[in-house]
Amino acid sequence: MSTDADLVAFVYHEARLLDEQRFDEWYDLYTEDACYWMPLTRGQPDGMTHTSLMCEDKLLLRVRIERLKNPHSFSQQPRSHAQHVLQAPQVETVDAATGLAILRTPFFYMESQMDESVILSGVVWHHLVHSEGHIRIQLKKIELVNCDAALPSIQLFL
Amino acid sequence: MSDYRNNPEKVQGLVHEDSVHRDVYLSPEIFTLEMQNLWRNTWIYVGHDSQVPATGHFYTTTLATQPVVMVRGEDGTVRVLMNRCAHKGAKLVSGHQGKCEANLLRCPYHGWTFRLDGSIRSIPQKAGYDGTGFAESSAAKGVVAIANVRNYRGFVFARLAETGPSFEEYFGDSLSSIDNMVDRAPGGRLEVAGGTLRYLHDCNWKMFIENLNDTMHPMVAHESAAGTAKKLWAGQPEDAPKPMAIEQFLPFVNGYGFFDEMGVKLWENGHSYSGVNFSIHSKYSSEGDYEALMEQAYGAERARAILGEVRHNTVYYPSLTIKGAIQAIRVARPIAHDKTVIESFTFRLVGAPERLLERTVLYTRLINAPTSVVGHDDRHCYRAMQEGLAADGNEWVSMHRNHGIAEREGMAGVYNGLSEVSMRGQFRAWARFMRPPKSAGDAS
Repeated sequence: MSTDADLVAFVYHEARLLDEQRFDEWYDLYTEDACYWMPLTRGQPDGMTHTSLMCEDKLLLRVRIERLKNPHSFSQQPRSHAQHVLQAPQVETVDAATGLAILRTPFFYMESQMDESVILSGVVWHHLVHSEGHIRIQLKKIELVNCDAALPSIQLFL
Repeated sequence: MSDYRNNPEKVQGLVHEDSVHRDVYLSPEIFTLEMQNLWRNTWIYVGHDSQVPATGHFYTTTLATQPVVMVRGEDGTVRVLMNRCAHKGAKLVSGHQGKCEANLLRCPYHGWTFRLDGSIRSIPQKAGYDGTGFAESSAAKGVVAIANVRNYRGFVFARLAETGPSFEEYFGDSLSSIDNMVDRAPGGRLEVAGGTLRYLHDCNWKMFIENLNDTMHPMVAHESAAGTAKKLWAGQPEDAPKPMAIEQFLPFVNGYGFFDEMGVKLWENGHSYSGVNFSIHSKYSSEGDYEALMEQAYGAERARAILGEVRHNTVYYPSLTIKGAIQAIRVARPIAHDKTVIESFTFRLVGAPERLLERTVLYTRLINAPTSVVGHDDRHCYRAMQEGLAADGNEWVSMHRNHGIAEREGMAGVYNGLSEVSMRGQFRAWARFMRPPKSAGDAS
């Protein structure tokens, strides 16, 4: 079992991998059945019968990561850069039987490409499990505070 | 170039048969004239009547940058009102949709209330208007209701100009694409479902509309997205069941031959669709007992005919584009010459398995969202044009591809899919409807 401090450190580490664009390492933090979910509306029950901004399984995450490496990704010329600023993650619950830990982390996120930038804020929920001795993400749910705004392109990962 | 306002012939000169002047995209003055003329003379998509399911429900949007509210009246009729208090002009309702309290529109500023048809119900301290010219004023008429509104199988359109082509004249046979989308519901009805994506574009609205039947771009612009998906799937055995997302991505990188053979059909007034013979949606897997339900509803032959029609994008010029085969629509809401919001809506086919809604929801997320890898590359290209066209040395945008003699005789017809004929048709309509609307009292 991990301590709360381990879980919190893991959330910081995940954001750092994203900001440093170490996407392959980041991808490995997710379980095979993981879901990376950014709902379109507040309180959205699921990503199946309601549109989300993202509701990616590992295959779709892999498509995004490989696309970023593709020299013909024209919308990434020049590359975007991003920075997370996280409020201290809180361990909300830990299930004693399964080890599933749920963490809540308010954040600010800025994504920038030359003169254009988008600033997003909200709360991210991590559902963390243990797999072969490592902490892994089963669900990352990003609740944007302005999910109903007309948004410009968001090209990287929150 | 400038001073188009006082020079209608100069506006006409921006459009040649095979090319257009860059000012159609770059000039703020042309944008203003488009909103005053083109977008008032033509039938613009407002919303779907399922967004206002019962009396007093409202849905707000803009038509030609003007705030409007679509509302269902006491008599069940869907009306479109200017979202402007008759008094001092405050918007009566804010937010995208909701329900009017007590079935009245009440101004948040001075408390005037209006019935759902726009007429005045009450004004606080009304005696203060006694002996004034109020009774004869525009304010006394209440909220302006748009006179020319048409609900076609749930799709609500409005023409802001008092006179102009009738709904049927304007859309003609192009309505067959809406028919096909509605007919795909075993229950014969659609409902907006699954939320609204709103994607902010820093480009002229026409760049988006033109792109919908631009079949020369997917294999280039979307190589990075769909090509990557294809490569990742390549190692799978032939008979491995394709995830829906892979099934939806892969056709974007089909070759030129595929898109050419798909064919494009052009109607009058700028309307068109690609996918006359087949489309990128043709090879989707069947979903559960959907086909059986369709046969039950329509009979085997008619069901086959409905499902055999798999049109790609239909453009209802200038505001609406639909994908009947996947029940998703995109609506252009122009804001400025270089700013447009693209709204995407998805529909439930009433009486069909919920899996069909899941398919359209997935498609619209993969392709139309601000987070879509396909959308990113499209938007990048639009913006690149918006910026690139500022370059001097060539003020004209080429639309020559497959421009031919036959098309000059009258443009409606079926053409090879890679032709730029749909854009030429759009600009022919653009020039016609950019002439100022005639007022109702105009004898000419």
